[in-house]
Amino acid sequence: MDFSLNDIQSMLLDSVQKFIANDYDFDKRQSYSDSEQGFSSEVWTTFAELGWTAIPFDEEDGGIGGGPIDLMIVMEQFGRGMIVEPYLANIVLAGGVLRRVATTEQKSQWLEPLIGGELQAALAFVEPQGRYDIANITTTADSDGDDWVISGTKSVVFNGGNARLLIVPARTGGDPSDNDGITLFAVDTGADGINVRSYKTVDGHQAADISFDDVRIPDANRLGDVGAGFATLDAVIDDATLAVCAEAVGIMRILTEKTVEYSKNRVQFGVPIGSFQALQHRMVDMFTACEQTYSLLVWASMTASAGGDEAKRAVSAIKYQVGTVGRKVGEEAVQLHGGMGVTWELDVAHYFKRLTAIGQILGNADLHLDRLAVN
Amino acid sequence: MDVTLTADDLAFRDEVRAFFHDEFPEDIREKQDRGIPLDREDMVRFQQLLHKKGWAGVNWPVEYGGTGWNIVQKYIFSSEMAMANAPEIVPFGLGMVGPVIYTFGNEEQKQKFLPDILASKVWWCQGYSEPGSGSDLASLKTKADLDGDEWVINGTKTWTTLGQYADWIFCLVRTSSDVARRQEGISFILVDMQSPGLTVNPIITIEGGHEVNEIHFENVRVPVGNLVGEEGKGWTYGKVLLEHERTGTAGVHRSAFRLEKLREQAATSVRGGEPLANDNNFMRKIAAVEVELKALEFTELRTLAAVSSGKAPGAESSILKFKGTEIQQAIDTLFMEAAGYYALPFVPQQFRFDYPEDEFIGEGSETKTALKYFNYRKASIYGGSNEIQRNIVAKHVLGL
Repeated sequence: MDFSLNDIQSMLLDSVQKFIANDYDFDKRQSYSDSEQGFSSEVWTTFAELGWTAIPFDEEDGGIGGGPIDLMIVMEQFGRGMIVEPYLANIVLAGGVLRRVATTEQKSQWLEPLIGGELQAALAFVEPQGRYDIANITTTADSDGDDWVISGTKSVVFNGGNARLLIVPARTGGDPSDNDGITLFAVDTGADGINVRSYKTVDGHQAADISFDDVRIPDANRLGDVGAGFATLDAVIDDATLAVCAEAVGIMRILTEKTVEYSKNRVQFGVPIGSFQALQHRMVDMFTACEQTYSLLVWASMTASAGGDEAKRAVSAIKYQVGTVGRKVGEEAVQLHGGMGVTWELDVAHYFKRLTAIGQILGNADLHLDRLAVN
Repeated sequence: MDVTLTADDLAFRDEVRAFFHDEFPEDIREKQDRGIPLDREDMVRFQQLLHKKGWAGVNWPVEYGGTGWNIVQKYIFSSEMAMANAPEIVPFGLGMVGPVIYTFGNEEQKQKFLPDILASKVWWCQGYSEPGSGSDLASLKTKADLDGDEWVINGTKTWTTLGQYADWIFCLVRTSSDVARRQEGISFILVDMQSPGLTVNPIITIEGGHEVNEIHFENVRVPVGNLVGEEGKGWTYGKVLLEHERTGTAGVHRSAFRLEKLREQAATSVRGGEPLANDNNFMRKIAAVEVELKALEFTELRTLAAVSSGKAPGAESSILKFKGTEIQQAIDTLFMEAAGYYALPFVPQQFRFDYPEDEFIGEGSETKTALKYFNYRKASIYGGSNEIQRNIVAKHVLGL
């Protein structure tokens, strides 16, 4: 029974914490978020230099062979630092597909520069009609000689506006919502027939709606077997879900710390508001929510490497938790900060927005609770 | 980070599992499964069985006859015991006064009391709360005055669980009023229940049962040798005890077992023409409690791991108490909801061995669900109410 970090994990934690403390304050975050591309290329290069973009990849692919716990450590700190750089989109989502099914040639073409920080990528897994059903895909890919011709629309593609490489799940068989018949393709966003409409999101990140009008790509760009993309997609989405939940825990914790600190300093009626029992118990509940959610995160991260039913249940449990008590922590942090909590000026408001956004993506609390309810 | 069980752990688990499978008395098992209350003799017999195996002093050091188990072994034991639906160990002797005596008591006290506690030969009860001192325990008024080589005790203790069975009671009493802080001047003292001037009056609780009592002390004389540790330091001893106690009160394994039973029942019971498991609303409520419980299981494991690495169980253990009891109560509520109309019949007497089967009302334990629900409202009140627990976390963890 061991809940401590090993030496490598401790070093990783230390390096992310140092970077955020020294080089990533709230004002910088805001300026990166406000820039046209929505993040800092310089920071992204630093991530690559520090080896963080290599974490989940095999050593033979140029990675460092890290597991779910390593990713959990990094993402929790990214939550605390409110990092806007597209780590989820590049490393967890697009990288997650590439490391699972790309051939050696495909890896050297896309995974190598992705790890090196030179290639921006995205996984276009959401469609307007699909809501949280990742198998609900109507974008089609038709075989035409040695090529595939892709048509359809993808929505809210994280990092879609900056990506050069798009990984596109398309239907090569079956009906919408069938697990079978989904094939994954690597598409260059410069290809003819692609229209990208990019925008900022409420949490200071960026995304895009992307349409494909008879986009022609060679069969060499197919990732994995024809019709067998669902299993990969499903596994990658589970990874991503766990990753954003770790980020959420980081946010919940810092929001709780900031709220407790604020309540000790904010004086009303001649005393710090933290001396009021009505507020104390609410902060205890915030603290408890953090501890309980971190416990689920530890369980889910430990279980993730083993795979199977329990791993899936663990992912749903933590995502449900983040979508419910996580949101509550955000709301309470804003409430206890009073009027300041609803200003653009205060970091608390932006943490709250990111936490809320996490609740909206990759299956909301209702969906994950439904999965857990099945007998 | 790793919670994988080693080969040794797995062997230990098999041993514990086999014990509960082979040696757990059939009549007690049947009572447990049918929801028939255990009597004093059942509980003593069960604990003596554990003692014979060397497993009674789960948390006790080896030198006092304890198991010396590490946290993983304790965790496995607790889990297997819950999954076997074995009774819980009555905490007052083995979990409470025993540890206080071996930690703070003198040699004579250790020799006099510990062996009988370990062997469940003597039944203990707890005298902390008073009619005027609930959450504000330090305001307690029961006092002990020195008269020669005896303490003379006067006052009233209340909520004394299973005091009607007890041979001895451990009490917090005021031995000095001339103190700077109210927490000082309180002593930890052991009293023979047969002492003249001591009377036990039953308190009937909300569901109609007799679990708790009020104990009156009128000039009860106790030898000076029955005061444990230093005079006036009883509050500290009591607090240490409570913190240790709270790490065990989460009841996660017991709750896990009950949730499993609830799912089974939902799948098989066909009240209303179809299994309750088809009611997605209900199943979602079960799932939500399961998530909380899984989280608490890992919160408890993290706390225990910290304790085993040398840290004292701190105020965080308060979280285990209030979350654990909130979960227990949520499960009680779900069982009652599952019973529908059959939560209503008030026929506790049918939960007796000899009750004629053809007169039984309802299925299984249905007609006990509301009684259990009512009874377990106590859980968020006892052991320091859940509001007091939140005060403790606010003060000692958040620094408010």
